[in-house]
Amino acid sequence: MTNEVLQNWQFIFIFVALSPIFPAAPVILNRLLGPQKPNAIKQQTYECGIETVGDTWIQFKVQYYIYALIFVVFDIEAVFLFPIAAAWGLLGLFAVFEVALFIIILAVGLYYAWNRGALEWF
Amino acid sequence: MFAAPTLNLWVITPLIILTVWAIILMFIDLFIPAGKKQWTGWLTLVGLIPALALTLMQWGQTGGAFIAEGGQPMVVVDNFATFLNTLYLLTGILAVFISVSYIRDAGLERGEYYFLMLFSIVGMMLMGMANDLILIFLALELLSIPLYILSGFDTGSDTSEESALKYFLLGAFSSAFFLFGIALTYGATGTTSLPVILDTISLDDPLALAALGMLLVGFAFKVGAVPFHMWTPDVYEGAPTSVVAFMSIGAKVAGFAALMRVLGQGFPMWGELWQPAIVVISALTMIVGNFAAVRQQNIKRMLAYSGIANAGYILIGVAASATDPEAISASLYYMLAYLFTNIGAFAVVIAVEKLDGQKGLLVEDYKGLAKRHLLLSLALAYFMFSLVGIPLTGGFTAKFYVFGAGVTAGLYWLVVIGAITSVVSAFYYLRPVLYAFMYEGPAVARVSRGLMFVLVVAVFATLVFGIFPGPWYELASQATFGNVATFVAGG
Repeated sequence: MTNEVLQNWQFIFIFVALSPIFPAAPVILNRLLGPQKPNAIKQQTYECGIETVGDTWIQFKVQYYIYALIFVVFDIEAVFLFPIAAAWGLLGLFAVFEVALFIIILAVGLYYAWNRGALEWF
Repeated sequence: MFAAPTLNLWVITPLIILTVWAIILMFIDLFIPAGKKQWTGWLTLVGLIPALALTLMQWGQTGGAFIAEGGQPMVVVDNFATFLNTLYLLTGILAVFISVSYIRDAGLERGEYYFLMLFSIVGMMLMGMANDLILIFLALELLSIPLYILSGFDTGSDTSEESALKYFLLGAFSSAFFLFGIALTYGATGTTSLPVILDTISLDDPLALAALGMLLVGFAFKVGAVPFHMWTPDVYEGAPTSVVAFMSIGAKVAGFAALMRVLGQGFPMWGELWQPAIVVISALTMIVGNFAAVRQQNIKRMLAYSGIANAGYILIGVAASATDPEAISASLYYMLAYLFTNIGAFAVVIAVEKLDGQKGLLVEDYKGLAKRHLLLSLALAYFMFSLVGIPLTGGFTAKFYVFGAGVTAGLYWLVVIGAITSVVSAFYYLRPVLYAFMYEGPAVARVSRGLMFVLVVAVFATLVFGIFPGPWYELASQATFGNVATFVAGG
């Protein structure tokens, strides 16, 4: 029994042992084979190829948290709809009403947020 | 095969009405122009009053909702729940009357205020009706989250935001304790349903003991009992006064409701185990609450400590219920009387408060109030007398019953502490009254029609409870668990 479990796991162990080699090898080979002639521009932080402006430690506009909150509406909707969809045949009319009610409540929430300007970027 | 649980939706019709109305109101509010938001406030009553009527019709009925096959109901309605639901709905209705003019004058007028309050009331009602620890947790969050938002409703003010943040962090902290208690209970018994816990828990299981301790900590946080009371004064000081009036009663009573149900229906046979814990918490709460209140200069902080002290008095009845389940009727009656006295006291605070920058909240600001507002000062005096526990007030009869329950249960020294601290409380309760009548000063007040209504109702109710406590106490004693058969499986 114990042996069997170990045998099932041994592939995982092998993968875990091997997998670091793949990202590590190019980095190490690069270090070993490539010519090393640093200059000021090469030493800069790489940010999508655009020249860095100012300090990285600045305050960001937090408005996007409202988007995150509204996203949660859809998230929860999906989380609850998937299991219900999977058991659709068993549930009957009762579940249809429940789900309809649930979606209406979420829709009202979304409409409310929309109407209050939560989706405007300013 | 999936079997739908037995619903029995009539059990939760008041909750359904409130929830649906809150959602509809949220929708209606979008079309009410700014500056006319008092309409949202008055429309709140359209949900609250039918819910109250239905709740009153449920008096005397017992039933359970959401019963899984062969299992226990998730939600029950019995006289205990109905009694407390009435309390929350009355608090809600009075709070609407307090709030409409207050939040308009304070420049906080937004429709969210009212439907958040409705959602919070639903959570409170569910606290007393829940028959399952998971549902109690859900109700606790439903009750707390709107209150976190409401305490920070004055977004321009630092103190209001501080209050919301403190309330939120400590509330989340206490929820974690409570949740841990649920997890341990589940570990010890394999269930979260209170009647099943009662059947399956074994008396010498250390896990169950730890679970009970964790649950107690969670509840003590919610009701503001020492040593978990630290958040109360800061939150009450910063939050808008109308919100404080609402939550100082609603949230506290809801915490007690769940505490009483968990102890009385989940762990009643452990009475001799949890009684000492409740006795110590009660004694500490009365002592710390009353003595700390003496030093307060801000009337909202003073009322916060007064609320802590009153939680201690209510706990006497809970402690006594370990030996006699009927004793919680004293606590229930206390909460009923406290509701009206406390909301009246807050109505006076709101009348005197000046809304430009949190002024008029110091005890000294009451100097000379009686010169200009004699009736308001008399009402203030009456509420303060009631909070001290002077005869002919609801506060007196409430303390009388609670102390009586303590004596019957043999908790003599707890009652002695209660009596002594009541004397101490006279010192700080009577200070604003003294300032109002005996000193010269510039105190002025504005009493809107809504406030007037609340003041009249509160004075009248406190008077009725003071003179004819009998029938009301009789109602409270019908609301104990002793008169309600434990719910039969599958029913």
